Amino acid sequence: MAALQLEKQRGRYAALAIAAVVIVVGIPLWWKTTETYRAWLPFSEISELDSLQLQLSVDIEVVFSRGTLTPEQQKKFPLSHVNEKEHQVDAKTGLRYKYETRYRTATIMEEDALNQPTAAEADLSLHMLSESSCGSVVVYVIPESSTLLPEDVKVYVGQRRTALLRSPPFKTSWNLKEVLSNLDVEVEQVVSTMSFGHQDIVAALSNRVRMTKVTKESMADSMRAIKSSPGYEITFSLLNPDPKSHSLHWDIEGAVQSYIQPLLNKLAPIANFSVDSQILYYAVLGVNPRFDNSVSAYTLSADSLSHVINPVEARLGSNAASSNPVLNFLLYVPDAHHSPLFIRDHSKRKVPSNAFHSPRWGGIMVYNVNEMYGPEAERPVDININMAKVMGVFLAQLRLMLGVQHTHPPTGFVLQSPGSAGLADWELDRLLWSRSVENIATASTTITSLAQLLDQIGNIVINDNIAQQVSSAVTSLQSAVAELEAGNLAFALQYSREAILASERAFFDPSLLHLLYFPDDQKFAIYIPLFLPMCVPIVLSLLKIVSEAKKRRADKQAKSD
Amino acid sequence: MAAHRCGLSLVCILIFSSLAHPSSCDTLEKANDNTAEKRSISEVNTDGSVAGEALNERQWQSTDAEVDRSDSTTHSEALTPAAARDEFQEELVIRPLHSGDIYASFQFRTLWDTDFLQEGQKVSHYRLFPKSLGQVLSKFSVRELHISFTQGFWRTMQWGQPFIPSPPGAELWVWFHDTVSDVDGNWKELTNVLSGIFCASLNFIDLTNTVQPSASFKPLGLGNATDHRFLRYATLPREIVCTENLTPWKKLLPCGSKAGLAVLMKSEKLFHSSFHSQAVHIRPICQDEQCSSKAWELRQTLNVVFDLHTSGQGKKEWSLFKMFSRTLTEACPLASSSKVYVDITDNPEGELFELSPATPLLGQAVVLGDRRTYSVYDLSRAETFGQLRSFNLLLRWKGDSGDMLRPLLHAERYVAGFGLQTGEIHTVIYNNHPYRAFPVLLMDSVPWYLQLYIHTLTVTSKSRDNKPSYIHYQPAKDRHRPHLLEMLIQLPPHSMTEVTVQFERALLKWTEYTPDPNHDLTSIVPVKEESSYFVRVYTEPLLVNLPTPDFSMPYNVICLTCTVVAVGYGSFYNLLTRTFQVDEPSPPLSKRLANLIRRMRGVPLLT
Repeated sequence: MAALQLEKQRGRYAALAIAAVVIVVGIPLWWKTTETYRAWLPFSEISELDSLQLQLSVDIEVVFSRGTLTPEQQKKFPLSHVNEKEHQVDAKTGLRYKYETRYRTATIMEEDALNQPTAAEADLSLHMLSESSCGSVVVYVIPESSTLLPEDVKVYVGQRRTALLRSPPFKTSWNLKEVLSNLDVEVEQVVSTMSFGHQDIVAALSNRVRMTKVTKESMADSMRAIKSSPGYEITFSLLNPDPKSHSLHWDIEGAVQSYIQPLLNKLAPIANFSVDSQILYYAVLGVNPRFDNSVSAYTLSADSLSHVINPVEARLGSNAASSNPVLNFLLYVPDAHHSPLFIRDHSKRKVPSNAFHSPRWGGIMVYNVNEMYGPEAERPVDININMAKVMGVFLAQLRLMLGVQHTHPPTGFVLQSPGSAGLADWELDRLLWSRSVENIATASTTITSLAQLLDQIGNIVINDNIAQQVSSAVTSLQSAVAELEAGNLAFALQYSREAILASERAFFDPSLLHLLYFPDDQKFAIYIPLFLPMCVPIVLSLLKIVSEAKKRRADKQAKSD
Repeated sequence: MAAHRCGLSLVCILIFSSLAHPSSCDTLEKANDNTAEKRSISEVNTDGSVAGEALNERQWQSTDAEVDRSDSTTHSEALTPAAARDEFQEELVIRPLHSGDIYASFQFRTLWDTDFLQEGQKVSHYRLFPKSLGQVLSKFSVRELHISFTQGFWRTMQWGQPFIPSPPGAELWVWFHDTVSDVDGNWKELTNVLSGIFCASLNFIDLTNTVQPSASFKPLGLGNATDHRFLRYATLPREIVCTENLTPWKKLLPCGSKAGLAVLMKSEKLFHSSFHSQAVHIRPICQDEQCSSKAWELRQTLNVVFDLHTSGQGKKEWSLFKMFSRTLTEACPLASSSKVYVDITDNPEGELFELSPATPLLGQAVVLGDRRTYSVYDLSRAETFGQLRSFNLLLRWKGDSGDMLRPLLHAERYVAGFGLQTGEIHTVIYNNHPYRAFPVLLMDSVPWYLQLYIHTLTVTSKSRDNKPSYIHYQPAKDRHRPHLLEMLIQLPPHSMTEVTVQFERALLKWTEYTPDPNHDLTSIVPVKEESSYFVRVYTEPLLVNLPTPDFSMPYNVICLTCTVVAVGYGSFYNLLTRTFQVDEPSPPLSKRLANLIRRMRGVPLLT
């Protein structure tokens, strides 16, 4: 009997030992060898980025020229004042604007500059005196009686970062505080024109935030502007559907040099631009224009514009050498049988520029040439295209596409046109503000969704280079937010661009796709032939041991009772 | 054992010296057709433009721009038409073949006096030259680019030499500029971009099918740099050519398929033929005689052979309408020359076939060492089109044609041997010239999974050993590069030269088999000599069966192994955990029977 017990005990020990080997060696070995490589990601920092608190800091300098303040008031200068506004855009995104205003009186040299005959000259000489930093605003308050500005003009915004503000009537009895608070409303208006408005910033956040209360207008503005990207390809195409009658010449090289390049040079900190052009023959619009007897011309109505470019689009081609977004500008010269051709807007009026644009795609201009030759001219007729006229339109469209918004200045404001540079400094600043915010929003969304994805699908291999991209994106994002807080606009933009590049590279890395689809049922199909026959005896004998042990204990208890 | 695998196609380039002057028939033209239109419409959507998708009218806005910019007037008058620095020519050469088939060869030639590779100056304004190709040239610093897509095999014995030979499938060879540092990287990216431009699977070109021939592919344009580190050559014999390759090719033409010779290119006709080959050749050439500056030449060629029986319904009567189901109505207005040539060399008196309308214009050219006579139709002249305003060339054979001269050089190749382990590649080159010997440069690129035994290489002519005067052999590396063999052989007159080499088939990993393991693999045989002109002859692709495993094997192996392991483990486990005890012997059978009976009777049992 004892021998039998011993034998049974040996069987039990053997079963336990095998089970132990399987659990201690087998399972970890299997686990280790089938594991996917997942590099460490900074998940905690990413989850911090998920709720974004952005602070935008603007330096404002308000300079009082002679004659605006009483000497008594002047004595208390200089002083400064910080004004903060908070907006909660949605549960995870908050904005804080910090306006740091410094007040001082004008220096003698500035006084001299302000004594120039016209506002434009004053603006230029003020610019010569000092270079204001990117993102800052300088407001010169000039006496109410100043002749620098025309009668009904309250504020003049120059080509750089300065504005001239006609001082509202102050009572001499007021103390400085009252004067300043009186001025505050106007300064605020100037600042929101010259640096950023709340609507623009919210629109720039559209990648993160579901838009609900944004006005239709700023929505249209932000929809029109092409998304932020590290580079853009600008393509000018001349469409000549009728090379038999028209032989067209355009000096695109010269025109790009003199009209487009200055603007692009100005925009160089934002993105890389490359410009090219082509001529497409036998390219026709997708809509047959209708002949209108009343004006004896062919017309295209605004409703049909959306069908116009489809057949052309196929021939435009994309840039073979890069993957940046393309902005197309088409110059369409209607064929001899459909000339002249005019575009009508929704209210059936002729569009004076004879051009239209499509958001984020580009623009088309119709250029009629029928008046340049007589009916008996020898075909094909050589025609020189007036590039100044064309480029004027394309430049305006380009500004729209790039998001240099048409700001609607408050009444009493005069905006100096940017001149040959194509873009005023403060316009560039506006663009920098919204682009930085947009980049930060996009990059943070990309990174958080990538982290979420990787967290959810455990099968994806995370290589070291992806982990590296993710961490560099996170670092750049943090620096961008910090720089924005410190008011260093140029650095903020640069970091935000780096962040966006790194985050997209990580997100679109092809190595993430490899093990995306390896469903559990297939795994079971492969493992079951091995695991089932191995595990069933182990489990059964373990169960048996347990039940025996229970029985023995019950027996013992019964015995002791 | 189910699957067969792997073709080897081979290409020969033969170059031989000869009688003739080095003028060449650059007169081939290609036309495009109009199925392109249908495709391009559908492409609009896939191009993913804003226009296609998200457009509602709201988004189309008229532009209010200040039209009058200050300097507008001063500028506009000053503009003068820039001198046209680019030029476009189109040609179609029709050659009636003695077999009754007809060979039509289109060539579109764009010349541009510019230099894509100039330092510091980016070419970005295009007129006639296609922008997409120009961008590729400057981005990848390409000095010369030759790409061809061919469907069908050129039958040299029946048709003679083609104007521009090309192997079946896709072929790409590129000379990079010598400033390129990372040639392989550029090559990889270039093939990807080109596969996008031509809608072809050129992206399958990688290191395993790319070679750098040392002697067989010289630059055809300016510059005689011969450092073959900057040359890359690859073929994809499995590539199927169809409409989707023709449409982007036609898009590169300035007139598209809307005017000129390109209106003839209707894909349902072009691809219903025995041979179809389209190509793009880009090279730098001299701008003028002195060669003071560079110009770039883009040649787009399309060669097609219509079969007597399938396209011609067995009648030896051809017309433009019958071939292309279109007639010509105008030249491309952008072309500086637009001509149709018909080869009438064998028909000086009109005894073989007649042409209508007849043309008084005759042209002569020396093509591949042969003086040929052509009837020329100039499409830029109104009288070509006659009163109907349409030009439909008619070509009617009278009676039977004589036999055509056998081509001087001809090559073929096949695989010999049995079983799935070893085999032998035979390449046979014929020299049909009665008294001249030709030097021939033979190039052969064999994929790594055929392991060549190079010591078995033999070259025999007239049953005597023919020692090559130059041999360049680069052995393959498994999964990295193919074999490359180049040899300079002297072909004795009126002879047959046979090159043989044995090989062993490698076993591939199961993931390395192509989805449809039936054809692939190329090798190439080119031949050449220095003097006046050279001919390139490609052999047919070679099909080689590779040992193919049963592709469900991995799962079977898993199941089988698991079963074996489970059975072994089960008995082992059983043995280890079973409780052994001494069994009491059971009573003998007689006793049990007796007990049974006793129980029935009610008598006490035996013990």
